[in-house]
Formats: sequence, C-alpha cells, structure tokens
Amino acid sequence: MSAKFESRDIVLPGDLLYEGRARAGDNTYRREGKIYATRIGLVDYTGGRVSVIALRSSYTPIVGDVVIGTVVDVELGQWKVDIGAEKEAILTVNEAIDRPFRTNMNLVRILDVGDTIAAKIVDLDKRRTPILSIRGRDLGKLENGFIVTMTPSKIPRLIGKKGSMINMILKETGCHIIIGQNGRILVNGPNREMEDLVTTIIEKIEAEAHIPGLTNRIQAFLKSYKEKKE
Amino acid sequence: MSKKSKKKFKRIDGRAADELRPLKIETGVVPNAAGSAYIEMGRNKIIVGVYGPREMHPKRLSMPNKGVLRARYHMSPFSVDPRRSPAPSRRDQEISMVLGYALEPALFLERYPRSVIDVYVEIIQADGGTRCASVNAASVALADAGIPLKDMVSSCAAGKIDGHLILDLGDYEDKKGEADVPVAYMPNLDQITLLQMDGILTPEETEEAILMALEGCKKIYQVQKEVLSKKYARPPELESTEEKTEEEGE
Repeated sequence: MSAKFESRDIVLPGDLLYEGRARAGDNTYRREGKIYATRIGLVDYTGGRVSVIALRSSYTPIVGDVVIGTVVDVELGQWKVDIGAEKEAILTVNEAIDRPFRTNMNLVRILDVGDTIAAKIVDLDKRRTPILSIRGRDLGKLENGFIVTMTPSKIPRLIGKKGSMINMILKETGCHIIIGQNGRILVNGPNREMEDLVTTIIEKIEAEAHIPGLTNRIQAFLKSYKEKKE
Repeated sequence: MSKKSKKKFKRIDGRAADELRPLKIETGVVPNAAGSAYIEMGRNKIIVGVYGPREMHPKRLSMPNKGVLRARYHMSPFSVDPRRSPAPSRRDQEISMVLGYALEPALFLERYPRSVIDVYVEIIQADGGTRCASVNAASVALADAGIPLKDMVSSCAAGKIDGHLILDLGDYEDKKGEADVPVAYMPNLDQITLLQMDGILTPEETEEAILMALEGCKKIYQVQKEVLSKKYARPPELESTEEKTEEEGE
C-alpha cells in the first residue's frame, strides 16, 4: 500500500506507480497487484484511483467529438476520411447533403480525395469505425485557413475551463478557430500576423500544458504582445 | 582467466570490458511522424519514425483480433564501407522481424484490431550492434508517439573477443570476436524480449554474457528515461520569461 511518486510527478511507460489496493485509472495497467504507467504523463493519486494524465497520446474516437480530417477515398455512397485514428472514418452521402443518395450522383463534385473537412463523430459501428456527419454549424469542407497540430491529450488545455482559454484567444486575435479533438486545429484569421500569433500560442500551450497557471501565462503573453505592437 | 591476463587486456577503442559506448538519444526529430527518435550509440547513427496506430494497407495483412506491429529495418547505402545496395537484403529482413519480436511484448496490440503500428528504422551510419541501438531508439519513439507501453525496452549486446567477455560490441569486435549475444530487456518487468547468439560460448560464459548485457540494458534504460523526462519537464526558460512578462506588464 504505497505510492511510488508524488502527485503530478512526470512518469514514463513502465514506471511502477502503486503497490496495493487502488483502482487503475487512465493510462495505467495492473500486473501482479502493482499498477504501472503506460504513457508519458503526470501521475495522479486522488480519490483512491491511480491514473496518468498523458502528455503524449494517440487519438481515440469518441461519439460527439468534432474532428478535422482528409478525404482519402471516394466509394459508392460514402467517403473514407483519415482523422488520425486507428481506423479511417466513414462519411455517408446522407450525412453530407440534404438530398437522398442516387447512384448517378457525382460524389467527387461534393467532396474529392484530398479535401479537408470538419466533421462530427455521430456513431461508432460494431467494428468501432467512426461514422461522421458534416451537417451542422461550422462543419463541412474547409476552404480557407491552415491546420496546426498538437497532441490530442492536450486539446482540453487549449479549450480551458468552460472554454475560458479558447474564448480569450478568439477575442484577442479575432481569428476563426475550429478545434478538432483529434489534435488538428484550423486557424483562419483576418491577417497573417494574427494567424501566426495563434500558432505561437498553440505551440506554447503544447509545451507548457502540464505546468499550473497556464491561462494566466497566455494572458500575460497576449498582453505583452499587444504592448510591443503599440 | 587469471588476474594478470585481465590487466593486460585492452579493447580496440580503449574501453573497459563492461563499458558502454557513448550514448545520445533525441526525440521528435521527424515532424510528420507520430513519434520519432535519433540515437547515436558509439558511431552508430539511426533515425526511427513511428506511425499509427492506423489502418492497415494492404488489408489482408491485418488481424481481426489484434493489431500488427510492422517494423522495417533498412541500412542506407552510405551507412557502411563499401557502399551497399539500397535494396532490402536478407539480413535487413531478418532484423526487421527480430525488431518486431523485441518490441511486441511491450505493446498492447489487442487494443488495435485490424490496425497497424509502423516502426521505420533507418541506419544512417553503422558500427556494430545496430539492432540493439534500433530497439533502444524505437522504444523511445513509441513512447514519444503516445502509444501505450507496458514498459520501455532497452537493448545491449555482450560478446567475447580473445577469450574475454565484453559489453556493447563495436564493429571490429563483432566481426573478429568469438561470440555476440544481443539482448533486449524490459527493466521494470524484468523480462527479456530478445536473445540471440552468434558464435561459440560455454554454458557458463553464456550466462555471464547475458547478465553482463542486462547490466548494460539497465544503464541504457536510465539514459532513455532521462531523455524522455527532460523533454516533458518544466522548460528551463519558463521562470525567466515569467519574470520578463511581469516587468513588461508594469
């Protein structure tokens, strides 16, 4: 019955985290009554559960996530979309346009291979293939802006508590930002300077996500940037 | 082996019998990969890129009940003297397979049915023991990719030259020596994932060589650990920037 680290220490895959009775939470596994880490992250011992807050992760699709992906194949009545997950996602015609599907339709005119889309995961089928939809506000083919990537586990830091971080960035820079839960972020701003500023902020968040006081630091960064400009 | 002969024995590069070559690892060197690592182990220089888990192409190679780890070991034409053909040789194929077997026990492949994790190993410069160096770099790259691992894998060879057991063989010792025993090891789980032997050793020597290699693996594990935790630790410049922004704010 003992913790091997302090809470919020950095741990690596294979590190022994806990011996004794406790629940094995996220990014950990149990073996012979001991709990080990499976990812690089910060260990957390609160509430009788041992878990690791991942600093690097691959993307696991969850129903309801907004993701940004690239069309990789056009099939009969559906598209295959790479969303950076372990499986390519499927977007059916019914979820893409308002008209019903007819076999004589030219799907390539709606979405072609190489197009980038923002989509919502509406379902996972029995093989856990994500099913997408592009019906909804801000969803669909992306024509303008560029994509910045960050590790998916740090996306919540970019959004902040109740959207505090992203709202601050939106307000200060005037850019249009779509956050894909798969770690791809579309940035589309009024000018290049503001877009670059957003990119710098995203890089900063990725590098410092695990250090407390992040929102304040970003706020100070924006403030100093504005003063420099004046 | 008498004490006298042990004293006289000197390795070609002046190392002690149980001394590793200088080791340097970097992560995040391939921007388009999910995770990557660069290793310099002596004069070996190797880049490893990890992609996935992603959809398997061609589909028929995927497994319905678990994921597949696909490793590709390739020596660049300029990595050895004389220049070699860039086509994958029989040796490349064997080491690709062996790398896969060495890394597989550390992965949770059952979590990725019908998918694949690709590990691409490119040898830029070879100087003996590339398979061990590749395993070391690949396990760092897998951790960097955020792929769940049961443990890190560290690898190191032991061998014998002129009747002396030695650790971490260089190219000359590999070729002129009497035996070479590459070992890959998961230090926290205390499990060996790779054990090969080339040459002749007595049963006692074999055991001693394996124990020697395990000690080497543990030292390498410390380096891997240091590299990864350093990358994600608090950035050293943070304190100073915080002070700066405060000054600027006033």
